[in-house]
Amino acid sequence: MIASISIVVAVLVAILLVITLRGASSLSLSMLIETPKGGYYLGKGGGIANAIVGSLYLSLGATILAFLLSLPIAFALQKEFTGRHLANVTRLALDILWGTPSIVYGAFGFVLMITLGLHASLLGGIIALTLLMLPIMTRSMEEVIRMIPPELKETSYALGATRIETTFRVVFKQALPGIMTGILLAFGRGIGDAASILFTAGYTDYIPRSLLDPVASLPLAVFFQVATPIPEVQQRAYASALILLVIVLVVSVASRLLGRRFSRNIVR
Amino acid sequence: MLRDVTVDIPDGQITAIIGPSGCGKTTLLKSLNRLIDLYEDVKIEGKILIDGVNIYDPSVDLLTLRKKVGFLSQKPFPLPMSIYDNIAFGPRIHGMNREQLLRQVRELEKQIAPQSPAPELEPPAARKTKDAEMGMLIESYLRLAGLWDEVKDRLHGPASRLSIGQQQRLALARALAVDPEVILADEPTSALDPISAKLIEKQFRLLKKSFSIVVVTHILRQARRIADYVIFLYLGELVEHGPAEQVFASPRDERTKAYISGEIS
Repeated sequence: MIASISIVVAVLVAILLVITLRGASSLSLSMLIETPKGGYYLGKGGGIANAIVGSLYLSLGATILAFLLSLPIAFALQKEFTGRHLANVTRLALDILWGTPSIVYGAFGFVLMITLGLHASLLGGIIALTLLMLPIMTRSMEEVIRMIPPELKETSYALGATRIETTFRVVFKQALPGIMTGILLAFGRGIGDAASILFTAGYTDYIPRSLLDPVASLPLAVFFQVATPIPEVQQRAYASALILLVIVLVVSVASRLLGRRFSRNIVR
Repeated sequence: MLRDVTVDIPDGQITAIIGPSGCGKTTLLKSLNRLIDLYEDVKIEGKILIDGVNIYDPSVDLLTLRKKVGFLSQKPFPLPMSIYDNIAFGPRIHGMNREQLLRQVRELEKQIAPQSPAPELEPPAARKTKDAEMGMLIESYLRLAGLWDEVKDRLHGPASRLSIGQQQRLALARALAVDPEVILADEPTSALDPISAKLIEKQFRLLKKSFSIVVVTHILRQARRIADYVIFLYLGELVEHGPAEQVFASPRDERTKAYISGEIS
């Protein structure tokens, strides 16, 4: 057991160390607030603000869209609203989607965009990421809602509450920490994904000014910069990776803290 | 599986449903407020009359029925909100306005504690919200459930932090706050420590003045302590029912005798 724990911890520490050591040297204020000079692929000047802002746009947009879709689905899958058979088929479909590689979402999103007459753009990236996040968010929320003790719902029904009142006033509150976790889990997966936005969001040196502009992203910044023949630009890839890592870490720590705050009223 | 249960549950008394595990006590109880409807694969035949109305009649409004018939579960489940909101939940979902809240508080005082009337409020027109009325209602019911003194300083704290005994009394206050006529209790003390259990029994004896109480219990001594009327079920069958003294002192059926003497349990 100790061996397996040390392997897990060692891997995490190794990743953090390598990325930090390699990336920290090129990390500077200008990296954070400037857009690239001389092109993202070959240029040694400027920063990666385009990718930072782009990644936040993409993943925040997709998180909001996916949330608006998954919350109703997660509730609709409960036995008060949907028959067992249909719910199980839906769960199976979501599980398959969860397991689908993100490059497939990218390819599918690309076809979808061509059909709709869109170019690689922020909108296209958001749509592809939403598709990627949807099953993760829905299934994790749904699982939490399903685990709520039936007696708690009975308590609400026994007081004369309707299905809707029970769902929104009791079940939703009880499930809130789990819902938050689902959102952040999907956000973390979305912000780090490169393949689904490779064709759909494109890449650019600029910060997008409309939904139809192409947009840069941190995972693709890493991807392109590591692949250049110029050592200085390769260094910058690690700085990008470090920034991505920090964002993900901050989000997961914040989710822990928020979870604790929201679970104040929760009955265990 | 319950069959051939025909029994009159008396008003204003504590009726205990007793019998060995799995004899259908809880099923019978949950039929009385139709919580049984929530379970899959349940088939219901027959009639249950409350105030002369068959509660399984399709025209019956389920929500009104459940408002009239309060329920206390075996293990208390606080709703995921504050102590205050737990009690306010029922009155809120039933959309009670300030006059109704106030009337309910006054009624309660007349019945339970005529010697200590709640303070007069300034006229409703001077205030915008019904917080004052709701506050009075919450205090009255927490007092009625014997919990007020323990929680009055943390009404807005989470109900989940209460001890399990306090949670059960909170559940009682919450059930009473929708102004029911009948209280159903499913082994309400089985998850509690002896002191909390005793408190609940004490509240029940106090409450039977104003409410009809039906309590399921597998603790024979508890039934002896609190019941006025006893229903004995055995393997889904109604074996015997009658006033408590009679059932305990001179049971007619052999099975009742065996259960009461402890030969079967």
